[in-house]
Amino acid sequence: MHLLAIGTRKGLWLATGEDRTSWSLSGPHHPMTEVYAIAIDPRRDRPRLLVGTSSSHFGPTVVTSDDLGATWEEPDHAPIAFPADASLERVWQLALTPDPEVVYAGTQPSALFRSEDGGRTYSLVEGLWKHPHREQWGEGFGGQAIHTVLPDPADPLRLTVAMSTGGVYRTFDGGSSWEPSNTGIKAYFLPDPYPEFGQCVHKVSRHPSRPERLFLQNHHGVYRSDDAGATWTSIADGLPADFGFAMVNHPHDPDVVYNFPLTADGDRFPPGGECAVYRSAAAGSSWEALRDGLPDGFWTAVMRDAMCTDAASPAGVYFGSRSGEVYASADEGDSWRRIAEHLPDVVCVRAAEV
Amino acid sequence: MRVLVLIPGPLRQTAGNQARLEVDLPEPATLGALLDHLAARYPLLDRRLRDERAGLRRYVNFYVDGEECRRLSGADTSLGPDAEVRILPSVAGG
Repeated sequence: MHLLAIGTRKGLWLATGEDRTSWSLSGPHHPMTEVYAIAIDPRRDRPRLLVGTSSSHFGPTVVTSDDLGATWEEPDHAPIAFPADASLERVWQLALTPDPEVVYAGTQPSALFRSEDGGRTYSLVEGLWKHPHREQWGEGFGGQAIHTVLPDPADPLRLTVAMSTGGVYRTFDGGSSWEPSNTGIKAYFLPDPYPEFGQCVHKVSRHPSRPERLFLQNHHGVYRSDDAGATWTSIADGLPADFGFAMVNHPHDPDVVYNFPLTADGDRFPPGGECAVYRSAAAGSSWEALRDGLPDGFWTAVMRDAMCTDAASPAGVYFGSRSGEVYASADEGDSWRRIAEHLPDVVCVRAAEV
Repeated sequence: MRVLVLIPGPLRQTAGNQARLEVDLPEPATLGALLDHLAARYPLLDRRLRDERAGLRRYVNFYVDGEECRRLSGADTSLGPDAEVRILPSVAGG
């Protein structure tokens, strides 16, 4: 069975289907909570859903389900808690690792947490929290957060994170020490447009078979790194705009990447209101627009975690919009169909075969 | 002394499915001391009410004998014998 989890600003919806052409939708699960972070781990005996929720009244938490959303578990004590000088506002990212028991959480305020019990409870990664740059990390409109966590699939000591604002940071020692990794990424909104750190990175992705290659959507600018983030070069040529939020790798082909361009910082709509996913089959050297089945008059946006792929073959590609629509492709993006509409703002989607 | 706590519907599951809790506290007592006491028995209820710094969640109101605690002394608001603490979610959310 295929599962698509849809996180919105007012709860979680779960879409299931056998053939990826027809889907049945359940929800809202956790109604009236913001769901910015979802992970689906199909490797366990029973697939586990991990979901970061945040209630405007009762605060943030992480819940898990081992029965595909029929029931949910939450520890009595806070699964993610800051030391004395901060409090958790939102979980932005739940990242699985090759070890099913090890899960990372990226949070607002900007911090990284590590779980060693399959994502139920977490402890602060002190090395990043105590980084001397932390006082200078800023925040965008969405809040100051680590929204991207990329464990190295081959080396558990290596980890890359991205935050807004602050940029990309890497560790090579399991999180004890961290270095900024933003060479070549522009921060047009700062007096020095190429600072050591301070960039407003929106999303970073990579393919597990080529961990040294990263793709990055910046607050203006689209980049690739071929040296695990040490340096970055623009791959924006061929896109209609270099602004946007989403950046997603193909599940099997490390040269294929998906992006959803928006016109500009001050014009956060697809160019011309035409809904289009852009795909590169050449690691960003060229791009093609994918519009078969997608609408015109699409005066909305796709947020940083609101696009994903599944692990099937051919690959499924999915995205949701702030207007509460979800589109799915079962043929790698060549054609699309709308599978949900009239939901609250979609902020996160994740898909897996379970 | 004994204090009555009224739990709103959305939180009763975290408080043993009870709408009313009668709590014995040593004098002098404050709202914060009451919440500390509740936290020991109902930790999930506590983190719906307070963050990890024991800060009162912004959109949860605590009426102490009919007066919202933020118009009094917040978590330091004194509780007298037979005080009633009514917890109510405030108007929030889109």
